Amino acid sequence: MEKTTVTTNKTQEPRAASDAVLPRLGFAGTLRWAWRQLTSMRTALFLLLLLAVAAVPGSLFPQRPSSPSVVTKYLQDHPDSGPVLDWFRLFNVYSSPWFSAIYLLLFISLIGCVIPRAIAHYKAIRSKPPRTPSRLSRLPEYGTLQIPASQGVTAGQAIKDAAAVLKSRGYRVDIRDADGERPSVGAERGFLREVGNLLFHTALIGVLIALALGGLFGYSGQRVLVEGDTFVNTLVGYDTFSPGANFNAGDLDPYSVQLDKFEVKFDRQKAHYGQPLDFTATMTTKASPSSTAKKQILKVNDPLALGGTNIYLVGNGYAPVVTVKDGTGKIAFQGPVVSVPTDGAYTSLLVIKAPDAKPSQLGFVGFFLPTAVKDGNGVAFGSDPDPFNPQLNLNSFYGDLGLDKGQPKNVFTLDTSKLTQLNGRDLKAGGIVLGPGGSYTLPQGKGSISFDGLKRYVALDIHHDPGQVWALIFGVSALLGLVGSLFLARRRAWVRTGMHPDGRTMVEYGLLARGEDHRLAAESAAIRKLLEKAWLAARTDSAEDNKQAEPTADRVSAASGTAHSASKVSKDQ
Amino acid sequence: MPDINESLAMFSERFMLLAGIAYAIAFIAFAWDLVQNSKTTRSVLEQSRQAQGRQPAAENAAARTASRSKVSAGATAGTAAGAGGIAGGGGYPVTELDGPEGRAERPIGRSGNSAHTADDSMRYGLTARRVPARVAVALTVLAVLVHAAGVLCRGLAAGRVPWGNMYEFCTTGGLVVAAVFLIVLTRRDLRFLGTFVIGLVLVMLTAASVAFWTPAGHLVPALQSYWLVIHVSIAVMSSALFTLTFAMSVLQLMQFRREASLAAGKADRLPFMRLVPSALSLENMAYRINAIAFVGWTLTLMFGSIWAEKAWGRFWGWDTKEVWTFVIWVVFAGYLHARATRGWTGTRAAWLSIVGYLCVVFNFAIVNVYFSGLHSYAGIGS
Ligand code: HEM
Repeated sequence: MEKTTVTTNKTQEPRAASDAVLPRLGFAGTLRWAWRQLTSMRTALFLLLLLAVAAVPGSLFPQRPSSPSVVTKYLQDHPDSGPVLDWFRLFNVYSSPWFSAIYLLLFISLIGCVIPRAIAHYKAIRSKPPRTPSRLSRLPEYGTLQIPASQGVTAGQAIKDAAAVLKSRGYRVDIRDADGERPSVGAERGFLREVGNLLFHTALIGVLIALALGGLFGYSGQRVLVEGDTFVNTLVGYDTFSPGANFNAGDLDPYSVQLDKFEVKFDRQKAHYGQPLDFTATMTTKASPSSTAKKQILKVNDPLALGGTNIYLVGNGYAPVVTVKDGTGKIAFQGPVVSVPTDGAYTSLLVIKAPDAKPSQLGFVGFFLPTAVKDGNGVAFGSDPDPFNPQLNLNSFYGDLGLDKGQPKNVFTLDTSKLTQLNGRDLKAGGIVLGPGGSYTLPQGKGSISFDGLKRYVALDIHHDPGQVWALIFGVSALLGLVGSLFLARRRAWVRTGMHPDGRTMVEYGLLARGEDHRLAAESAAIRKLLEKAWLAARTDSAEDNKQAEPTADRVSAASGTAHSASKVSKDQ
Repeated sequence: MPDINESLAMFSERFMLLAGIAYAIAFIAFAWDLVQNSKTTRSVLEQSRQAQGRQPAAENAAARTASRSKVSAGATAGTAAGAGGIAGGGGYPVTELDGPEGRAERPIGRSGNSAHTADDSMRYGLTARRVPARVAVALTVLAVLVHAAGVLCRGLAAGRVPWGNMYEFCTTGGLVVAAVFLIVLTRRDLRFLGTFVIGLVLVMLTAASVAFWTPAGHLVPALQSYWLVIHVSIAVMSSALFTLTFAMSVLQLMQFRREASLAAGKADRLPFMRLVPSALSLENMAYRINAIAFVGWTLTLMFGSIWAEKAWGRFWGWDTKEVWTFVIWVVFAGYLHARATRGWTGTRAAWLSIVGYLCVVFNFAIVNVYFSGLHSYAGIGS
């Protein structure tokens, strides 16, 4: 907001300049100089452009908050450059010190100019329109009018009329010297432009605060829910949970949701065969353990609101129900196994772990095909996302699953380093291929596995963000402010009148814009038209005017100076 | 969900092809307009050189005066000054009066040079009739009508808004660019932008049918939201406006160099640029359009984050697409600031406007195709 500094600090500027050349700037002087620099428009512009540049790397490198596994993989694949990039926080760009430094400096700079500017504007609103310039003709828009003497409008009356016209166009007016020889009116409009600008910039600070608020008090978590399962909103209910810095477990509202049914519809027309068309989850919800159950529908783009959180449907897949029996014939594992879809045909990866199996633990990896078809080589592949011919293809292992040490293990991977393989395509026993209802006995009497049924599951995201509504409020304010700041015009206008010795009333007016304003000329024309209408005096040619003026020559009381400049103006027309 | 209407979809593609042909002819007509004009200009220059006169300058000044008095039917400072001086002398002493804050737009017309036949106000009727340009505009109107029929058929065929994948973004976006151009043409004579704008529409249509083609289909659940209607339509309209200002900013830079070299007494190497208004008036017009487009982009960003909240549970997550939308927004905010910062108006502001547009193109073409993210709905190869 250098512009303001220029106008309000005109007198100080030479001093500031000499400060800069003097060797003894002093600590306070340096501080002041630094503050001036920081809050200058040029710095703001520089920081803005820097912010744009700094945001880019976050789109080029995987980011930890949104895709941690991709970052891990990147680091594995690039052992040389990866750690260097990591040191520069290129996998956490938006929380990195350098990115934060840029936006914090920008916002400090913003505050540093919003406050003085708001004060200056407050004063401007309360003060009268600026004094009438001595030479209106130097303004970017300027014009003159003459009121024929026959109209009988005095200079003072003309100013009152002009003030009324300006007022009707939204100007604040101030009449000067009403009974003098050269009365004038000063007018100003469009204070809302600056208010809009201030609102816009202030609201941006608000948006930032709202974001911080969400980070502090919000939380989010994920939960996979198989048909028939229930999720209770407590810490143990989540598969993964990321609390904000000020989160408190007591904040969780113990509602519950049960997935009754999950329906998927796929496109069956030729052009986009097999593309998903609709996902609908039917849920039974309870606001608290004691409240009555309610049926609710959850869809993509249509979250459920419960207990201060929103529940989103972000993924889905198949969960084949299997039973694993160990070598002793006891059930070592039973239930649905969540599989991870990898393509449009829902070719899904799955891992089954049976740590309780005796004498040795059992593990299975493989894939699930909703509609299995054999290719030319006899290899099964998935051809359709709907379960027309479900099939499990598994390899089996026995040995130490590595689960006992209390280390958290990813449920979707099987560490085979301490395992011995039992089944596989390249082993003599072959791979395990199971259709619904099928079962298979493992070699070496290690046990058996059966494919008992098929369920679907949904992946839910649960979010609580108290900053969100504030972000919206400030966002909308910023938008309103922006529109006001860009499209409202701040203008000043002056009208001055005087009497010609021959009885005509000479009128001159000028307009000035503050800030971008391409409609100033049109405004000038509109005001002129209104003035003409007010006095019923179209531009008259002076010969006729003079004739009419003669009989009333005695009314002429204007000073010769007025008459002189006014007639000079009229000559120019 | 109603079935896809295959025959309407086929009609749509026929219309797109026909529109492409019409655009191609319009493009040639716009180019012809420039060539022909530069020929006439050359001969006029030749004559005036022989006559040792400065006729074009005088004509130019007269035209400018005429246009001014048309705008504000009265004695403005411009006419007064032009007609021989009022107290205080001619020119626009605005900046002296009140510092930079006192300026309206950056004032135009300090010096009458012979670099332009185009009028700075970019209004019609001030220059000679240009037959090829008229033909070109007529062809563009025809092409837009056919193109609109194509887009409409596509939408009707799928029973939804026709902007759900890259093919549709390109075809609908191209239509909006051309239509916005025509709408602006009704108010201002921007025909000098024709080659550029229609050329770009041709590129979009070609890219759509060659690289992004995909049959008409239903939307995946993630896109089934009224926010698709609101968010994407505003994004496309803002992008169309940015396209116009991009062209203006490029021309502004060219015109600026040309003006400087003419002022230095060098020969005019780009005579067709006489059809183009002065660098300063291009800058002012680009600013006005950019201001509107910036509000549009702010809405795009806001509606996008509201939709993101509905679909993914967070209104901002630095997804690739979100990052680039933000970058574009900040660059154009920088542009608006540049216009208010001394030493940054003119050429530098034009560069910011150009960089901003390149980011828009990048966000659309590169991010949609090569980057993965939640926004991966390009629908290519499906
Ligand atoms: C130190 C920080 C800042 C300063 C000194 C500053 C100053 C200004 C000033 C003086 C204007 C008015 C321009 C005019 O009259 O044409 C303006 C407008 C604007 N500012 Fe800032 N600003 C700052 C930070 C920001 C930030 C961080 C953003 C957003 C990222 C921003 C976005 C805008 C926009 C979009 C406008 C256009 C609206 C208008 O022209 O009135 N500003 N700024």
